[in-house]
Amino acid sequence: MNMLEAIGDGVIQGLSYLGGLVMQFWSELRASPRVLPVVGKRGRWKTAMRQMVAIGVDGLPLIAIMSVCAGFILAMQSGSELRRFGALQYVMDVVGIGFTREIGPLLTALIVCGRSGSAFSAEIGTMMVTSEIDAMKTMAIDPIELVLTPKYVAAMITIPCLTIMSNTFGILAGAVFMYITTKISLSMYLRYVFNSIELHDVLTGLLKSLIFATIIVNVGCMEGLRVRGGADAVGRSATSGVVRSTYLVILADAFFTAIFYLVHKD
Amino acid sequence: MAEPIISVEGLTVEYEGKRVLDSVSLEIQRGEVMVLLGGSGSGKTTMLRHIIGLERPTAGTVRVRGVDINGCSAEELKAIRCAMGVAFQEAALFNSLSVEDNINFPIRELTTLADPVIEIMTYMKLAAVGLAESGNLMPQELSGGMKKRAAVARATALDPEILVFDEPSAGLDPIVAAGLDELILFLKKAFQMTILVVTHELASAFRIADRLAMLYRGSLIAVGTKDAFQADPHPRIRQFLDRQPDPITQSAAVQTRIRELAGLTGAKT
Repeated sequence: MNMLEAIGDGVIQGLSYLGGLVMQFWSELRASPRVLPVVGKRGRWKTAMRQMVAIGVDGLPLIAIMSVCAGFILAMQSGSELRRFGALQYVMDVVGIGFTREIGPLLTALIVCGRSGSAFSAEIGTMMVTSEIDAMKTMAIDPIELVLTPKYVAAMITIPCLTIMSNTFGILAGAVFMYITTKISLSMYLRYVFNSIELHDVLTGLLKSLIFATIIVNVGCMEGLRVRGGADAVGRSATSGVVRSTYLVILADAFFTAIFYLVHKD
Repeated sequence: MAEPIISVEGLTVEYEGKRVLDSVSLEIQRGEVMVLLGGSGSGKTTMLRHIIGLERPTAGTVRVRGVDINGCSAEELKAIRCAMGVAFQEAALFNSLSVEDNINFPIRELTTLADPVIEIMTYMKLAAVGLAESGNLMPQELSGGMKKRAAVARATALDPEILVFDEPSAGLDPIVAAGLDELILFLKKAFQMTILVVTHELASAFRIADRLAMLYRGSLIAVGTKDAFQADPHPRIRQFLDRQPDPITQSAAVQTRIRELAGLTGAKT
């Protein structure tokens, strides 16, 4: 009975958490037109721009370095196996398809999650502790519109861009590997890679990156909004924001990859 | 008597089975300064958070200008919130904005006034609380008293009918606290605002109040004018006014527990 209760409790908590995420997501979606320039509320797009710089521009160097490393590792690992069959040229397929479909979006999501997801939780958590969120509510200003939505809009624009950058850097790292091992020139390499990847590989990758962006922003902000108490609660919220969004990103990745696999069987 | 601007009826609040407020009823008239007194943990901040509509009560209603704030539409709630300014205990200034931008934040968000008008309004609000020269500073650069005054300026930015203060003098030296008291009286006189102040500072309460209410363990034990309040025979009020401490140790239970901790329970018997 006790175990049943515990399981039931866990399920209810998980469902109410998901429900909260969906409600928050819905409020953000409804508020998002007000963040756009010209049609939106004055000055609000500037907040979104600042967030884009924080998530995208500031995150780019890290994404570039990690993608180059990951691309090189992928090429070396697959190369060491494929070489035994005299099929080293397939490294180009592995890197090209691997990055556009999977590694680019996932790596980007995980890095943004660690860099910006924790920052969202900490920022909003601190605003909860210092009553800034309460102050907004008492001024008849919706904190979701003012604080969360610019972050969401910024993430929806920058995370796919970062994913494209990650794909590019990963594939270029593969080119370096191929040049060192087989002296294939960059133009040959690129021609080969472009032949092997299809548009739908890139598009499913980008679609996944949009889903990851939604998860990272919503979980990060939600953890911040759940902060009650003091500085230690802010710290915990940053940790649980990163842990939960990483977990949900990988879960969503598995789910959507399975769907794409089933849809694109032929 | 005219219809009260704020009326609380049977407000009951429970957190995790613990009753924090027990059927509290209070009416605040237009244009008066009502001071809500109470010790730490008496439920006064909880009551304030319900009056400003930040939390939903377990039972009871809160009406502001005759509208039930927990049962009204989003539009009505917005109108009520625009008519109500709140100065929080921690000031709650937005740390990422300068003092000036903190003050004009509600004006920019809620009105369509032109920038020069907003600038003038901001300067006037800052001047009214004596911070005319500090507009460019960031909240972190302000002292405790200045922060509170800035919070008042922000709360009054849209000329609200009702002004709510949570612990205006907590953590301030007596001179700065007295300055805030004068500011509250000035706002009442100059703008005919209805002001609700939550505090445990007696001197300040008697200086500014038209009427006082006292909360003890989640119930209102007295509501009345200053004179009526000072003459009230209720032991808790007497204790509060005379600054008598509670006994620190509930001796029997504490003694037993200390013996247990020291492993002496067995030895005694």
